[in-house]
Amino acid sequence: MRFLTEELKFDLKKKACQVRMGIIESTHGAKAGHPGGSLSAAEMFTYLYNKELRVDPKAPRDPNRDRFVLSKGHTAPGLYAALAYRGFFPVADLPTLRHIDSYLQGHPNMNTVPGVDMSTGSLGQGISAAAGMAKGAKYLGKDINVYTLLGDGEIAEGEVWEAMLFAAHYHLDNFCMIVDLNGLQIDGRTCDVMNTAPVDEKAKAFGFHVVEINGHDFDEIERAFAEFHACTHKPTCILMHTTKGKGVSFMENQAGWHGKAPNDEEYKQAMGELNAAMAELEAAK
Amino acid sequence: MSEVKKIATRDSYGNALVELAQNGADDLVVLDADLAGATKTGIFKKAYPDRHFNCGIAECNMVGVAAGLSTMGLVPFASSFAMFAAGRAFEQIRNSVGYPHLNVKIAATHGGISVGEDGASHQCCEDFALMRSIPGMVVMCPSDDVEAKAAVKAAYAYEGPVYVRFGRLAVPVFHDAAHFSFEIGKGEQLTEGNGVAIIATGLMVNEALIAAESLKAQGIHARVINICTIKPLDEELVLKAARECGKVITCEEHSIIGGLGEAVAALLSEKCPTRLRRVGVNDEFGHSGPAAALLKQFGLSAEHIEAVAKEMLNA
Repeated sequence: MRFLTEELKFDLKKKACQVRMGIIESTHGAKAGHPGGSLSAAEMFTYLYNKELRVDPKAPRDPNRDRFVLSKGHTAPGLYAALAYRGFFPVADLPTLRHIDSYLQGHPNMNTVPGVDMSTGSLGQGISAAAGMAKGAKYLGKDINVYTLLGDGEIAEGEVWEAMLFAAHYHLDNFCMIVDLNGLQIDGRTCDVMNTAPVDEKAKAFGFHVVEINGHDFDEIERAFAEFHACTHKPTCILMHTTKGKGVSFMENQAGWHGKAPNDEEYKQAMGELNAAMAELEAAK
Repeated sequence: MSEVKKIATRDSYGNALVELAQNGADDLVVLDADLAGATKTGIFKKAYPDRHFNCGIAECNMVGVAAGLSTMGLVPFASSFAMFAAGRAFEQIRNSVGYPHLNVKIAATHGGISVGEDGASHQCCEDFALMRSIPGMVVMCPSDDVEAKAAVKAAYAYEGPVYVRFGRLAVPVFHDAAHFSFEIGKGEQLTEGNGVAIIATGLMVNEALIAAESLKAQGIHARVINICTIKPLDEELVLKAARECGKVITCEEHSIIGGLGEAVAALLSEKCPTRLRRVGVNDEFGHSGPAAALLKQFGLSAEHIEAVAKEMLNA
């Protein structure tokens, strides 16, 4: 079992705060986009790109790198912010999100954005591509792990369960699916729109090793990936409980912030809150 | 006339996969969705069991898995019946293969109404239309064993997404393998003539040849053109035929909506307005029956092509 030092945890918390600022900067710049589900996964994006994935921003196409597929592609602002702060492309480009002729497409485009491993956006499809990558790595005898992040609304797509059958059938223990259980989707609460619970029992029944965590707690994220690395012969499913819109008070737990950008006033308030959070982190060091 | 050898192009597909692997295609992998016996990827599976991944009855996931495999440097051929590959998994092909322009080959068998007894649910006459509409997608429909094997090998060698349609029915082998060359995007003129151009694809090419033979006996010289690559279309060859013949008939085992006929019609309307008739399935579903009887009933026959040609010439 690996343990996060306090120093590393402090660094990750700061980076997660930066990712949140990047999400606000980009969606404000775009005047559109999906801040809610990007913010809920900010710690996960941060941990993946700074601790978990064996990737190099200088060699984004290294054939031996780990892969990450954002199956819930609409949360591209979170992925882009994590990639930018990790050095894959300039942070200053984030506000060009969704602009005409920007390489930062509304949903991830593997051919325009450095570090993006699969074009996604149509829900339910990313996990299949990720499963194919994991199968390919196994077939080629390569030590490559493949991670994919899904939304709890997304798992209503039948293809998700087809992909899970495939991953378990082929014993893809290099495959890690993460479900962001923030409980909200466009039309309201996931339990009201289409109840997918209990996801843990379903994932277990589909042949996965299931780890349930608080998705905003780096110690728990660390523990979940340690279990993934220890698990053999079957794929892992990390169920992370999160708060949609986490870190921006007026966006938290509001389904309305699924796919809406902050206006100028909201942008100022959100950045003010995040700057205050960053200052608090520094002060507590 | 001596007995003509008949082979279903789905068999050509399975055999060509094995030949590719035997000849150094080490990055080739094959996916199927519980139809390996029918799509003939089972031939490949028997020879290379470790390189054949059954995805179960889950075509949408199969296409996504193929996309993922291709990003790892492998060249996946994903197979099912045309209805379930081009039809059911259309959006996966569009978004996970076409949009990122991945090196995935969708190899669909059981295209058209010659599927026969299974009936309309399995007779896909919409696949050309669906696949043509995806930017950057190559769409092929080989006419016999020789061309089908060449198309599979060309699809493998080509870098990018390809859709290839194969048939269930055994069809005459009219190409001479010893003197055959194939190139994606190139059509093939099979007969000389300026009376009428008959532009066909798939099993309709042989019907067109029979029709041309019969027309010739009546003094009408038809130029038969085989279009294996429906997209990108060999515009030069089609325009030349239209200019020199003045009348064009398209023939396909597909709906007259969205297939070869409309591709040719669009080209000619813009660049060389020419009198045109489309022979194909007339915006209707098929039904159960023996393949040969269905083809005749739906007008996908040499007799019908001949009748259409005469109508055009007498008009």
